[in-house]
Amino acid sequence: MKKHLLNVASNIEIARNIFEMKLTGPGVGTMTTPGQFLHVSVGNHSSKLLRRPLSICDVDLDRKEVTLLYRAQGEGTKQLSHKTMGEVVDVLGPLGNGFELAENDPNRKALLIGGGIGVPPLYYLGKHLKSKGIEVTFILGYQSIEDSFYIEKFNEIGETIVTTVDGSLGIKGFVTDAMMDVMKDEPVIYSVGPAIMLKAVEERAGGLRGYLSLEERMGCGIGACFACVCPTDTRESGYVKICSDGPVFKMGEVVL
Amino acid sequence: MSRLHVSLPGLNMKNPILPASGCFGFGKEYAKWYDLSVLGGITIKAATLEGRFGNPTPRVAETESGMLNAIGLQNPGVQKILENEIPVLEPFNIPILANIAGSTEEEYIEVTRQISSSPQVSAVELNISCPNVKEGGIQFGTHYKSAADLTRKVKAVSEKPVYVKLSPNISNIVEMAQAVEEAGADGLSMINTLVGMKLDWRTGHPILANKTGGLSGPAIKPVAIRMIYEVSQKISLPIIGMGGVSTAEDVLEMMSAGASAVAVGTANFVNPYVCPEIIEQLPKLLDEIGVENISEMTGRSTKQWKTPLSSR
Repeated sequence: MKKHLLNVASNIEIARNIFEMKLTGPGVGTMTTPGQFLHVSVGNHSSKLLRRPLSICDVDLDRKEVTLLYRAQGEGTKQLSHKTMGEVVDVLGPLGNGFELAENDPNRKALLIGGGIGVPPLYYLGKHLKSKGIEVTFILGYQSIEDSFYIEKFNEIGETIVTTVDGSLGIKGFVTDAMMDVMKDEPVIYSVGPAIMLKAVEERAGGLRGYLSLEERMGCGIGACFACVCPTDTRESGYVKICSDGPVFKMGEVVL
Repeated sequence: MSRLHVSLPGLNMKNPILPASGCFGFGKEYAKWYDLSVLGGITIKAATLEGRFGNPTPRVAETESGMLNAIGLQNPGVQKILENEIPVLEPFNIPILANIAGSTEEEYIEVTRQISSSPQVSAVELNISCPNVKEGGIQFGTHYKSAADLTRKVKAVSEKPVYVKLSPNISNIVEMAQAVEEAGADGLSMINTLVGMKLDWRTGHPILANKTGGLSGPAIKPVAIRMIYEVSQKISLPIIGMGGVSTAEDVLEMMSAGASAVAVGTANFVNPYVCPEIIEQLPKLLDEIGVENISEMTGRSTKQWKTPLSSR
C-alpha cells in the first residue's frame, strides 16, 4: 500500500449520478486483489479533506489502468465527477483485505450479489473467479432502470439476474427476492452493499459459505482512527475495523 | 545536536513533531507506511482502565476544512495496551506520550499508575477534554477546581512527567491553564477538539450517531493559535501545540504562538506521510527566516512584537 498519483484517462456518467473513472499509472500494478479499495483524494484545492473509499471495479494490468465506479452524491464525489482527462488524482492503496477466492470449492459455483453502488467490486471478482474455472451467477439490485449500469458487462462473465425496487427492469423487488432459485446449487456467496441488504442476504443464505464486503464512513482508511468499526463475536477485541480488517469478512463473522 | 532538537519534560525529541492522540492509532498502523523513528515522538491513543467499544457508527463527518469525530475513546484497556501495543514501538526508539482517560478520579489514577511505570513511556498526557463520551473526562476539563484536583492526584502517582490536555470548550482557557500549573502539571497539550454538529439537510438528522462530535482540522487552527498565544504569556509550562496543523508553516506559526512542540492530528488521515514531510521541510523554512535552532521559534510572536502592529 502506497500513495500514488494517477492520471485520469476518462471520467464519464454511465447511469444517473453513477460515474466510471479510469485512472492510469505505474501504481496500478499492485491492485490485483478483488475486494480491495482505493482511498481517493477528491481535490487539491478542496475544503473537503477526507478521502473517499472507492472499491476497485476492474484492473487492466497491461494498460496500467484501474476502473472505479462511484455515485456523485455528496459534495466530495461531485467534485470528483468534474475531473477530466489528464488531471491527476491522489490515491492511497490498494487498501484493505479482498475476497478469498473459492478455488477449492467442490461445487465450483459462485453467487455474487450486489446492491446499488455495492455492485462494482463484483465485476473484478467475477472475472477472477471465471478465470479459475468457477461458474459465476450475479444478482444485481438497483433502484430503477435509470440507476442500473454494467449489466451487459456482467453478462459477459456469467448469468446476470437484475432486480429493481420499482420494477422498471428485471425482477421487481430486492436482491433477496431472486436468491432462492440460484441457491439450490449451493454456491459460495459473495455480497457487497448496505448493511441492511447484507444482513438479509446472510439470513437467506442459511448455512452456505460466503463473504460480505461492508461499507462505512471512514476517516483514515488504514486502521488508525477507529471510525469504521463493526461489532463481532468472533474476536477477543469484540470489534473489527472495516478498513483494515476488512472490508471483506466471512459470513457470520460480524454482527450486522 | 540537530537544529530541530527540542527538549520538554520527559520528552527529549530530535524534532518537535509528534502525531496527536487518536489520530495515529497505536503507531503500528502508520509503521506500515514509513519508519516511525523519524518522528520526534508519538502520542498513542487514549488508554482507559477497562476496554471500551466506543460510540455507534457513523463516527466521522466531514465539514468545511475539517471533520467531526465521535469515536468515544475506543481502546482495549491499559493492560492490553501495555502488553500488546507499546512493545511494538520499541524498535523505533522515540519518546512515547501516553494519553490517559477515565470516568472517575480513581480510574485516572490507576491508569496513570500502571502506564507511567512502563519504561517505554516517557510522559503521560492527561485527557480531561474528550468531548465525545459522557464520562470521558470533560467533566474534569471544564471546571478549574476539578481539573486542578485531578492533576494533583495524578501527579502524585505518576512516575513520569504529566501534560494536561486542555479543552477549548471553556470560557477562559488561561484560568484553566493557571489552575493546572499550580496543581503541578509539567506541561500542557492544547487544544483538544471543539464540540460541533452536522445535520443532513434533507432529513434533519445528525450525521453522527452520537449527534455531536469534536471538530478538528485546519478550521480550528486559528482558535488553537489564539489560545496558545494567550496561555503561553501567562504561564511558564511548556506547551505541546495542536489543532489543525498540516504543514511545516503551520508548525512554525504554532511555535511562534508559544508552543515548544507540535502534534499533528487530522492531517495524518488526509496524508499518511504528513509528519515525515513536515520534518523534512522544516530546515528549509528556518533557513528562509534565518533561524538556526527551531527552539528559538517558541514564543517568537511575543518576543518580536512587544506592541501590536496596529499601534506602531
